[in-house]
Amino acid sequence: MTETITATRAEVCAVACAELFRGDGEIVAAAVAGFVPMLGSRLARATFEPDLLTTDGGPVLSAGPVPLGRSATEIEGWLPFRDHLWLVLNGRRHVIMGPSQIDAHGNTNISCIGDWDRPARQLLGARGGPGNTLLNPTSYWVPKHSARVFTEKVDFVSGVGTDRGAHDLRAVVSNLAVLDFETPDGRMRLRSVHPGVTVDEVVAATGFELAVPDEVPETRLPTAEELRIMRDVLDPKGLREREVPS
Amino acid sequence: MSATGKVRTIDEIVGSLESGMTIGIGGWGSRRKPMALVRALCNSPVTDLTVISYGGPDVGLLCAAGKIRRLITAFVTLDSIPLEPHFRTARQTGAIEMTEYDEGMFLFGLYAAAHRLPFLPTPVGLGSDVLRVNPGLKTIRSPYGDEEVVAVPPLAMDVAFVHMNRADARGNAQYLGPDPYMDDLFAKAAERTYVTCERLVDTADLAKEGPLQSLLISRSHVAGVVETPNGAHFTDCVPDHGRDEGFQRLYAQSAGDPERWAAFRDRFLAGDEAAYQDAVRVWREEDR
Repeated sequence: MTETITATRAEVCAVACAELFRGDGEIVAAAVAGFVPMLGSRLARATFEPDLLTTDGGPVLSAGPVPLGRSATEIEGWLPFRDHLWLVLNGRRHVIMGPSQIDAHGNTNISCIGDWDRPARQLLGARGGPGNTLLNPTSYWVPKHSARVFTEKVDFVSGVGTDRGAHDLRAVVSNLAVLDFETPDGRMRLRSVHPGVTVDEVVAATGFELAVPDEVPETRLPTAEELRIMRDVLDPKGLREREVPS
Repeated sequence: MSATGKVRTIDEIVGSLESGMTIGIGGWGSRRKPMALVRALCNSPVTDLTVISYGGPDVGLLCAAGKIRRLITAFVTLDSIPLEPHFRTARQTGAIEMTEYDEGMFLFGLYAAAHRLPFLPTPVGLGSDVLRVNPGLKTIRSPYGDEEVVAVPPLAMDVAFVHMNRADARGNAQYLGPDPYMDDLFAKAAERTYVTCERLVDTADLAKEGPLQSLLISRSHVAGVVETPNGAHFTDCVPDHGRDEGFQRLYAQSAGDPERWAAFRDRFLAGDEAAYQDAVRVWREEDR
């Protein structure tokens, strides 16, 4: 008899974020975009990528993967902002950021909506987007997949896309799907849809023409062990569930 | 002969500033910001400033007070609240000009200014709109190969403000939290640097407060020092105090509405630093 696994959408997303780090080895997993990617990075470390370096959200490298919202009790290193910024140039780092807008080539905007000279809506500013995307493997997390986020043209290029010299854009995990750039011209492609989501739903929620293969697989479910680690160890308060619209 | 005493008052420091100056502000986002000096600056006649900051509520307050002509930054955030309301309003109404860099480019600008270099090279910025909105940023070709890099100019400043955990009367300054941010670079990049601190201690006690590595800023880079307990409020200043999240929420909510902002300003920001700290204490009692 096979075991039936009931995972929430947030848990599927967290595992998809964990998968972004598969094969990364001994680098810093900088999951700065929210609870789900942070959980994913720590889950990857707790399971199939034990050599990853992770933080507790502050400037310390924790000796092991720390539960969400908790400080590291055991510390293996120090990574204050200045060294984090040097590490971007060094390159042993894979970052997951959260875009306000992303286009078909993975150019992303976190700076402002509208004309930069006088924006309709000022956002964060470029932050580390230009450096991250030019020099480090970069992935993205979008908790609410919509045509406003997945847009034909971003208003400001904070993070460079495949057509502007991106170093290595790995994938985009959203609440609906996993998308990547594995097409001849580096345009975004639908890699998998989460269980319960149709291809049409993803296409409808995307504001540009998405490359859709004939066969689109389902995003894999968490294993029983991954569920146990997320629920009992890394996120017992269920912070992941707050981030993903149900 | 003893070393020059550098203990000043907030009023002396702010009174020495002039309109049109370039002022660097240490800390990062809503972390260890020299808020006591920023509050005093908001209440001074000084205006038309160029502000260099990894921005947080320091930038927000200065925007609200109409003090900034140009802001040089990579972001403005309250950390636990991602977007800074006064900064957003200032940008959306065209009240300030902005120079927008990547965080790492900004760091190189500080390093260049701190070391009197004409620029520092970095590939960061290439391909992004940071170059589009900063037409003054030049690229150069490496003399050792074909690589094209951005030449980040020095972020030189007339005055820098930083807030530290400890300092002595000579101006030696110490951080006791987990991150120095870029405060030593601000100190070296400025013509004059003013340090506020949670507690002034005897020079001999600095090494008792923290390890040698915590002695971040040398007196040779400091023009004046003032003790301002809770002077980073409401930003984070561990281990002395964390961020006052409740008060930051009040600030952000008030900033979203002109009437509420006027009430917030009258209640907390109309007087001097002692009046501010008293008003915060009273609010805390009521909030309980």
